[in-house]
Amino acid sequence: MPTDTALEPTAAPPPAVHPAGREVIYRHTLAVRLTHWINVVAVSLLLMSGLQIFNAHPRLYWGAFGADADKPWLEMAALNPDAAKPVGVLRVAGQQFRTTGVLGVSAAADGSPDVLGFPRWATLPSGRDLATGRRWHFFLAWLFVTNGLAYLIFGLVNGHFRRDLAPAARELRPRHIFTSIVDHIRLKHPVGEEAKRFNILQKFAYLAVVFLILPLMVLTGLTMSPGVDAAVPWLLNLFGGRQSARSLHFITANLIVLFVIVHLVEVVIAGAVNEIRSMITGRYVIRTGNGS
Amino acid sequence: MSPLAFSRRGLIGAASAGFGGLILAGCDRLATAPPLTKFIGSAEGLTYRAQRLLLAGQPLAREFSARDISPVFKSNGTHMPDSDVYQLWLKNSFADWRLAVGGMVRQPLTLSLADLRAMPSRTQITRHDCVEGWSAIGQWQGIPLAHILAVADILPAARFAVFYCADDLDASLDGSGQYYESIDLIDAFHPQTILAFALNGKPLDAAHGAPLRLRVERQLGYKQAKYLMRIALVSRLDAIKGGKGGYWEDRGYEWYAGI
Repeated sequence: MPTDTALEPTAAPPPAVHPAGREVIYRHTLAVRLTHWINVVAVSLLLMSGLQIFNAHPRLYWGAFGADADKPWLEMAALNPDAAKPVGVLRVAGQQFRTTGVLGVSAAADGSPDVLGFPRWATLPSGRDLATGRRWHFFLAWLFVTNGLAYLIFGLVNGHFRRDLAPAARELRPRHIFTSIVDHIRLKHPVGEEAKRFNILQKFAYLAVVFLILPLMVLTGLTMSPGVDAAVPWLLNLFGGRQSARSLHFITANLIVLFVIVHLVEVVIAGAVNEIRSMITGRYVIRTGNGS
Repeated sequence: MSPLAFSRRGLIGAASAGFGGLILAGCDRLATAPPLTKFIGSAEGLTYRAQRLLLAGQPLAREFSARDISPVFKSNGTHMPDSDVYQLWLKNSFADWRLAVGGMVRQPLTLSLADLRAMPSRTQITRHDCVEGWSAIGQWQGIPLAHILAVADILPAARFAVFYCADDLDASLDGSGQYYESIDLIDAFHPQTILAFALNGKPLDAAHGAPLRLRVERQLGYKQAKYLMRIALVSRLDAIKGGKGGYWEDRGYEWYAGI
């Protein structure tokens, strides 16, 4: 551990080799680091303002339309909204779960039970304020899309996608993928040359988020806009109607949360200090295998 | 586990919860602070310009078939205006009701329901999207606003059409609770922008805005003003009521509701 902190990387690329079996490499370019942290802020606040908007009608449907009289596939509600102690429930695909305190019913600002989809601590702003939630959401959406486009352009121009994310042919062999899965389960992390690049599961995860999940988030969001629907009607065909797009927007947001959880767990397992530092300064310490 | 470890963990938990709460409360104050919400709200101008660019060719909102109509068309906001005059109108099927068209026009109009029904009408099955997130599909029949604006002969300086309604959504003495809405002339002259008098083949009922409501497809539900009484052509919105161009706009919602 002391060697870790004693080692202050000062050298820019090319990498410096250290005698203690450690090597400092320049892992993340400024463009990746900058867009990453802007994305962290944008996605976190988009999620919270998105939950605020969801709370205005905490029911999800499939198809073009859906309102109170139509059947939702997901719903957060109170069993007895007017009672002193209402019971909060989540109904999804015909199943009902009691979720008092978190979903359906949670504490208001004064601590009394409030009928609300997601709890106030999860929304931006907290409590019911759809107008402010929408303002934040659409401001952040512009920030998110601008930042995402900058990332895509940098990634294409400076070779980030080709060099760091595109899987090599040998990495796509089932045996290699299987080995990587086993390594992940055993929490075993590569050392030496192998640690200089993303492993195949990491590449798959990042590629899926960058080229599938996040674009899907933007497109399903745009499909909820009646203005965009008139200009780009094929979006409605692609997602099966506005209410389907709203459902997919919600599901995709959940996938992003799932990715972030796994991502953070992996950061901790792989060494939080080294990982976070590499995303701030760009420099990443790898064990070359012949030292510690 | 020793009691000491437990209490220490509890202490850390309580401290971090308190700290988290503090951050949340701070964020919240920041999130709703007027200068910041104003800056954040500037994105609305960006959205408006982007959508005006996307919609430059005045494309139509999707029209559906009769099979796609919602079994129940949800009614929102006011379900029954409680003013005496509205009750009187309702009692005699709106025979005494008139729509006034004025402001920056050469030919002010006063139109009865019979006058309106005698005008050319358009029928469209469209999707109504509430700002809350739900949608309903219904068939609307009404007079294209473009036709009425042509008859009223609007002045070149007119830029917005303002719609005054018969419902007070917020009971008030000064009239600030009266529902009103406004749209620009790009939307006003769009072929699907109609003053609807029928929903799903029947005259509008009180819950859905009888006798006449605005349909401005391509925007959200709160723009679809119900219980129309008066249309005024104006050059600016800031001198009207709260100055933001609509009941919900005066309460923090976007004037341009295409998203």
